[in-house]
Amino acid sequence: MEGTYSEKVMAHFRNPHNVGEIPDASGVGKVGNPQCGDIMNLYIKVENNVITDAKFKTFGCGAAIATSSMITDLVRGKTLEEAVKISNRTVIEALDGLPPIKRHCSVLAEDALKLAIEDYRKKQGV
Amino acid sequence: MKRIYLDHNATTPVDPAVLEAMMPFFREQFGNASSVHEFGRVTRMAVDRARDSIAKFLGISSASELVFTSGGTESDNFAVLGVAKALRDKGQHIVTSAIEHSAILNTCKFLEKEGYKVTYLKVDEHGLVDLDELRDSLTGDTILVSIMLANNEIGTIQPIEEIARMVKGKGIAFHVDAVQAIGKIPVDVKKLGVDLLSLSGHKFHGPKGVGAIYIRKGTAITTYQHGGHQERNRRAGTENVPGIVGMGKAVDLAREHMAAESARMTALRDRLHRGIANTIKYVRLNGHPELRLPNTLNIGFKFVEGESILLNLDMEGIAASTGSACTSGSLEPSHVLTAMAVDAADAQGSIRFSLGKDNTEEEIDYVIGILPPIIERLRKMSPLYNG
Repeated sequence: MEGTYSEKVMAHFRNPHNVGEIPDASGVGKVGNPQCGDIMNLYIKVENNVITDAKFKTFGCGAAIATSSMITDLVRGKTLEEAVKISNRTVIEALDGLPPIKRHCSVLAEDALKLAIEDYRKKQGV
Repeated sequence: MKRIYLDHNATTPVDPAVLEAMMPFFREQFGNASSVHEFGRVTRMAVDRARDSIAKFLGISSASELVFTSGGTESDNFAVLGVAKALRDKGQHIVTSAIEHSAILNTCKFLEKEGYKVTYLKVDEHGLVDLDELRDSLTGDTILVSIMLANNEIGTIQPIEEIARMVKGKGIAFHVDAVQAIGKIPVDVKKLGVDLLSLSGHKFHGPKGVGAIYIRKGTAITTYQHGGHQERNRRAGTENVPGIVGMGKAVDLAREHMAAESARMTALRDRLHRGIANTIKYVRLNGHPELRLPNTLNIGFKFVEGESILLNLDMEGIAASTGSACTSGSLEPSHVLTAMAVDAADAQGSIRFSLGKDNTEEEIDYVIGILPPIIERLRKMSPLYNG
């Protein structure tokens, strides 16, 4: 079964980075539903326009957990303008690919990030 | 790494005795069973022997009522399409259940496009077909009822005899997909009262690529595969002699060992169930508590998704499967669990453990030990879990 996923995906699945919640998160993005099999909550901490921390909680398959782990890695240290440009493609490439039926997981991760940033901006009154 | 196989409802390894019985029919006894010469006669006899043995095992009075096919899917297609075509002028209504194997469901969907009407019976929370609904669904237009004997995902065993009594005398053909039941529980076509029954070799330690269909004498059915005169003109194509011989041998072994194996399997299955229930919170049994295959245990682990459990088990050398079709290209939760009104998130977190004759108590205990930390780790990652 591992053969369907890249080594990178399996590495992130085995030892996901940034699992958890940020209690005083600057922004939160919640996406997915049990019907499609994935639910992703993404938390970001923003200081001086830079994402200083990102954490996730995910209910989902191997790809969902790996993309959550990867996107939280990718956004750390990025300015909001840089972070908003992170697409599902970026995540897929960073993971050395995803099986076609699992691409939606990367879309979910992108959506969660966009929502978290939106949430932060809303809170800022921007 | 130690490898533990708990996915016998997907497929089983060929028994060494089965393989041994098959071997001569690849090289020395390679004849075409339709040939008149010695090569052909030898294989014809072997095919007939297998047919007699399987017929006897299934309580079939005349072995000619048993037709060899390429497997369960072909047998199911043959039954549904063959009856639908033969009885088209009598009616165009088919009754089946919402939890059938896709070999039945997708064949029915195909027939719907051809203008047939199909009723998909509901099931209760244990996966049992609603008999009142079944009775009410039968009309003068109904030509076929197709209900599986035992479900592949949850193992629930349907009251086939009762259904047969309801269907009887109405000019309706009754087909039973017994693919998952053969070799695990006794199957007797006379006792069940069915007109058609599907089986598949590789589910009970026979080879892949061979199956059979019982067609009770007098059942109206149109030929599905056209060509030569094999199988009394009912299924064209050169017989898969090694496969047929192998399936025959697998039946011989089942006849000898099934009763004892079933008891042993039930004990192992229940040991696994107890072990899981005692060490992990928020789990549920999917399937009927009693009316269930002796080898099948489908467990829902709340707050976690099935594929991530499977991957973790796989990393520990344990092979099981999800109730959900996630890995097989569909993201929807299992149609079986959905029909049982299992909540979508719970359905996505369901795992099927299906045991076989080589599994040991040590293996089961190993799995019981491995599971709790896996579930705990995944739950800690889950937004649905607050524990």
